[in-house]
Amino acid sequence: MAERLSPLEPVLRQGSYGQFENGVGIILSETAPGSIVQLAAWPGQEKAIIAAIKKATGLALPDGAGGGVASSTKAAFGFAPAKFMVVDEAEGVAEALAKAVAPEGGTVTDLSHGRTAIRISGPKAEWVLAKFFAIDFSLVAFPVGAGRSTMHHDIFAQIQRSAADQYDVYVFRSFARSFWHTLRRGCEEVGYEVR
Amino acid sequence: MLITCPYCGPRDVSEFTYQGDGNRQRPAPASQNLDAWNEYVYERLNPAGDHNEVWQHSGGCRSHLRVVRNTLTHEISSVAFARGHVAHRSPAKRGTKT
Ligand SMILES: [Zn+2]
Repeated sequence: MAERLSPLEPVLRQGSYGQFENGVGIILSETAPGSIVQLAAWPGQEKAIIAAIKKATGLALPDGAGGGVASSTKAAFGFAPAKFMVVDEAEGVAEALAKAVAPEGGTVTDLSHGRTAIRISGPKAEWVLAKFFAIDFSLVAFPVGAGRSTMHHDIFAQIQRSAADQYDVYVFRSFARSFWHTLRRGCEEVGYEVR
Repeated sequence: MLITCPYCGPRDVSEFTYQGDGNRQRPAPASQNLDAWNEYVYERLNPAGDHNEVWQHSGGCRSHLRVVRNTLTHEISSVAFARGHVAHRSPAKRGTKT
């Protein structure tokens, strides 16, 4: 497999920034998963695709709009009608999914090199994301595991809440560096750490 | 203005793209009925009140939606997926036979 280079490589610098003398409110990192895969079900084939994801990854997706599940090494969520995102620390998950999905069930698209995954966590994570995206980040409206498709101006983003105070944001790799700069600006009001 | 996407829930109008009048009926591609094509391309009801529209949630789930929006108040009285949608027929129904 071709070696993957992060678009954040020239700009991601670990350290403490912002008003960190008041404590660290946000932790930013790039998760760089080995596999980022999207699946689309043909009409009426959603259940077959959900079953294929279970077979290939062990992840049991809840039915329903934006439903998802996240563990420390892998995650999956719905981001549009009959469309699902699967993310795994390990490489090669697209091949496993392609084997599990019958041609009459739907399609599998390997986006591992096409998306950049940014993890935003900490007590102020919800607060900083609300600056960028006009969606409800409260736990009631956006439960742990769930996914959302939204945008910050022209930067399209898929967001999964992977823990109560942790979000994984997937952006097109061509937008990743620009979004990273904007995100750091947004974090400056509080203390934040880049890991 | 908020549009409640059937998949994503209420979202700001900036996430959506207007795809045109939902009353239009596209003639069959091979149709040579010039009146039908003329009506499809140019004729609009322009109502002051409820209007059938097609929108895309382009900054979200990317679904195409059929929306009924009041052109006087911007109140949105219904939103549904456009998939399987047969074009709305307006009260002032005009013949667009192909
Ligand atoms: Zn939507």
